Amino acid sequence: MTFEPKIITFMCNWCGYAAADLAGVSRLQYPATVRIIRTMCTGRFDPGFALRAFEKGADGVLVCGCHPGDCQYIEGNLKGKDRVEMTQKMLEGIGIDPERLRLEWVSASEGPIFAELVREFSETIRKKGPNPLKESVSKTEGGEEVAQI
Amino acid sequence: MDRVGAVAVIGSGIAGMQASLDLAESGYRVYLVEKGQTIGGRMAQLDKTFPTGDCAMCTISPRMAGVTRHPNIKLIMNSEVTGIEGEPGAFKLTVRKNPRFIDEEACTGCGACAQVCPVQVPNEFASGVGMRKAAFIPFAQAAPLIYTIDKDYCINCGLCDLACEPDAIRHNQTESVQTLDVGAVVVATGYSQYDPSAILEYGYGEYPNVLTNLQFERMLSASGPTTGHVIRPSDGAEPKNIAFIQCVGSRDQNRNPYCSKICCMASTKEAIVAKEHAPDLDCHIFYIDMRAFGKGYQEYIDKAKSVHGVNYTRGRVARIFQDGASKNLKLMVENTETGKRLEREFDMVVLASALVPSPGAAELAGTLGIETTDYGFFGTAGGLSPFDTSREGVFVTGTCISPKDIPDTIAEASGASARCESFLKDSRGSLVEVKELPPEKDVSGEPRLGVFVCHCGINIASVVDVKSVAAEIGAKENVVYATDVMYACSNTNLSEIKEAIEEHDLNRVVVASCTPRMHEPTFRNACQEVGLNPYLFQMANIREHCSWVHSKEHDVATTKARELVNMAVSKARLLTPEQKGKTEIKKKVLVVGGGVSGLSAALETSRQGFGTILVEQQSRLGGYFNEVFSTMSGGGPDELLEPLTQAVSENQNIDVRLNSTLAGIEGFTGNFSATITGTDGESRENVGAIIIATGSQEKKPSSYFYGENPRVLTQNDLEARLKSGSKTFGTTVMIQCVEARDSVYPSCSRTCCIDAIKNAIVLKKLDPNNRVIILYKDLMSFGMYEDLYRDSQTEYGVEYMHYSDEMPVVSGGKDFLSARVFDPLVGREIEIAADHIILSTPQVPSTGFEKLQKALRVPLNDLGFFLEAHMKLRPLDFTSDGIFLCGNCHSPKELPLAAAQALGAASRACSILSKGFIETEATTSVVDTELCIGCGRCVAVCPFKAISLVENEAGEPKSDINTAMCKGCGLCAAVCPNKAITPRFFATEQILAMIDAALEA
Repeated sequence: MTFEPKIITFMCNWCGYAAADLAGVSRLQYPATVRIIRTMCTGRFDPGFALRAFEKGADGVLVCGCHPGDCQYIEGNLKGKDRVEMTQKMLEGIGIDPERLRLEWVSASEGPIFAELVREFSETIRKKGPNPLKESVSKTEGGEEVAQI
Repeated sequence: MDRVGAVAVIGSGIAGMQASLDLAESGYRVYLVEKGQTIGGRMAQLDKTFPTGDCAMCTISPRMAGVTRHPNIKLIMNSEVTGIEGEPGAFKLTVRKNPRFIDEEACTGCGACAQVCPVQVPNEFASGVGMRKAAFIPFAQAAPLIYTIDKDYCINCGLCDLACEPDAIRHNQTESVQTLDVGAVVVATGYSQYDPSAILEYGYGEYPNVLTNLQFERMLSASGPTTGHVIRPSDGAEPKNIAFIQCVGSRDQNRNPYCSKICCMASTKEAIVAKEHAPDLDCHIFYIDMRAFGKGYQEYIDKAKSVHGVNYTRGRVARIFQDGASKNLKLMVENTETGKRLEREFDMVVLASALVPSPGAAELAGTLGIETTDYGFFGTAGGLSPFDTSREGVFVTGTCISPKDIPDTIAEASGASARCESFLKDSRGSLVEVKELPPEKDVSGEPRLGVFVCHCGINIASVVDVKSVAAEIGAKENVVYATDVMYACSNTNLSEIKEAIEEHDLNRVVVASCTPRMHEPTFRNACQEVGLNPYLFQMANIREHCSWVHSKEHDVATTKARELVNMAVSKARLLTPEQKGKTEIKKKVLVVGGGVSGLSAALETSRQGFGTILVEQQSRLGGYFNEVFSTMSGGGPDELLEPLTQAVSENQNIDVRLNSTLAGIEGFTGNFSATITGTDGESRENVGAIIIATGSQEKKPSSYFYGENPRVLTQNDLEARLKSGSKTFGTTVMIQCVEARDSVYPSCSRTCCIDAIKNAIVLKKLDPNNRVIILYKDLMSFGMYEDLYRDSQTEYGVEYMHYSDEMPVVSGGKDFLSARVFDPLVGREIEIAADHIILSTPQVPSTGFEKLQKALRVPLNDLGFFLEAHMKLRPLDFTSDGIFLCGNCHSPKELPLAAAQALGAASRACSILSKGFIETEATTSVVDTELCIGCGRCVAVCPFKAISLVENEAGEPKSDINTAMCKGCGLCAAVCPNKAITPRFFATEQILAMIDAALEA
């Protein structure tokens, strides 16, 4: 059986989440890899969220917000972008492929773009294989905390 | 007789929605009557909007949701006003509801009828590009989400009857009539687009690759019929080049003589968006004058040229020929800048077709007994009363008056609301619904969760094994009740949820169904109705994010649904009851600026019954208009100013402070403390809202011998000479765009062209021997000012000459002045000997704007004009709540628009003051001061300046969040190094619990 990645996705209420809704309304089909967590703004993204997700075995983390200029909170999306980039550097430092964390702007009318993004990112992660931390988690009996980050 | 505290708003486009929201927020009952099947109007059809490039749907859909959910707005869909009786303040409006063949109460919007409907129909929402079913909603985000059966196409097969689980199909529905008791009426019926097939030389309707700009707009939209791909209708190929033709059916004596005002910008936007889709695409715009007169519009055009590579050619396209085989289109046009004739072939042509009155406008005008203009738009008193019709109590707003862009439409809608609000002042609050809620129950014990998994008919259940999801979640910790329901949002199931909350003593509720963006408020209300705090409710989206997008993978979808519900349950366990805050409101308004805008705003706020302080830095009221010789209507400024200043001075409710400025403000919306500096020193005033109306002034030039040669004047100098009695000016050359549209002042100043025309006519009227020649780049006689431009030529003999990028050259000696300009007709430069040169320079912000900006802590744009909260949708608001702007301090503008904005700003301010208290958002951030180390990172990151550091008793700085200003974005929580900040309902541990639950398996 091919490896089916699991991707934790953070989406702002106004654009990313709305695009995922529109993909649904338009009945666009995409792989069942993403688990969407709604926040009000992508600026709410906390590096700790990604670290927790990877620690618990997520194969990828996706963050989707409004295009620059569209943010309901002025520049919250750009602040979120800064933190995603910072987290990517951090991931590199601790031996997790930073490309497993990704940020994309998706507007509320870009349902098809969102569906394509999920397809494409899922494929990228599929090629990278499972999160190596997950392997080590499953190797330790009883699921001890392996990666203290 | 008492006036009725209700208003009927006719038309639910952006104007009707804004008016409805303003009125409803201000304490009036609103009946929003819409002819069609959804609210949203034209803007919902657009892909992106200029000049910000915002996605139209993203910006409009929260507003549509606001309208559908507002307790004081009653939507009357599919309906038309057919009669009006009674008197102003107590009208009886007859409304006919046309059948939609669906029971609106029963329909859940699930779409099963459209899925099974076998009939395909061209989709009029997409202007005929793309298809829909006979059972349909106009577009995916339609609101309220109710289907319609189009009986023109329905074949009565009955498949929808079988598919509709809630049994909402009514094939025998007939029209019904109701009467509404209202105090006032706002007409906001919008515009229609001119059908260009009447212009035979352009071949629209005959040549498949000639589209209107609305059709093209739908094509650009990611949710449109081609999912955002630009293709030629003739062969589906991607075009390599597209021509955009401006003024199709506008500025045309045989069709619509006026200018449609928005098309230059709309075409530029469409060209930019098309090039974003396909960077190698050649977009070419053919125009007469590029009318980019709004705020930031000229900069947008410049960027289209320099950054996006959009091409522009000045010239009206004479004819289009189609190549029979390739279906390519050959354009014949004369370039009026070079005088050369061009022939060029394009793959596709987009026609910027005129804006015309909507088809029902004449009939509605007849029904309501209001006058229309020669062009068939609704007539108004104009000037300072831009919304008053010939019938008292009936107001009009938006593009049904004349073509205009979205920000002006929104400003107007607020302005028309103001007129209703003061007209019905004594009935404010008399008809609004106040819901009595039971006391909230104590939820401090162990979480007791109830989970309801929705079938949504077959929308979820045909893909996801709903029963097994419910059964499995029922076994989880703290879940005391779990069940599946057919339509969670239906009244039957809502009652069941409420009963379950009581019967099982539930203190947390999860509904797994559709997107929270649609029904979260529905379920929160249900919780509240049985005493459960609404923030103890959480949704899992297993329809849009699951069954609909994995419809062929039943097992996968069921597993995912189970995980999504588990994630919601994990968050719900940690939910805490949240309360909206309440703060008292100071029932007074501060208006800064005593020009026409400030005076109009102050008069309106006082008419609405609120004490008003009017601060003016000069020693007299009247502002800019004190300096002019005549207004657009031809009368002197006193005709305009005297009634205004007199009304303000006599008004007991208005406290005028001359020679005064606003030095600083503290506090927040509803509760500002303003420091006003005057000749007698400083005073402090408590006000609930602030309106900024500080206007603008003419820029004094430093070119063209200005200040050296006494016969070189600005337009204001000319008006001063006219005021002093001068009549004879000889040959007068007016030069437009002096020190505007350059690197220092890249904008168009909007009013200089129409001011120049006005003054040129004055000169010609005073002395027919005065010769006036206006040298211009693009003549900005937008909208109905096109009539003025035309009349100035035909009736008064004002002459016009265009110049391109090279500014005219002026030579001058002591007794000699001349202007040189290139004339494409003769192909060389010509020299005009002039007695006077009048320089049309742009408007710049009034003196003292920097100080005021610092006092208010609000942003400015590059030119020093105040920057509103959103250039498209919130033209009168600042990002800081409770502070509004209007008139020329926003950007230069003509008097009727400034007056409209002033009324609009007054309406916005009064809607705050009309409430007894300010209800603050419950989902704000909260600080744990024990954990806070006072680093101030949150202060720096907060976009709304809601956070400050305040010393505690021990003298340590601690973060302090003002909940009245916090909007709950959570940026502060993300940067807090000690996790001392929690955004309510989006707490860190709640999000971590969701992550853990998602990865549990």
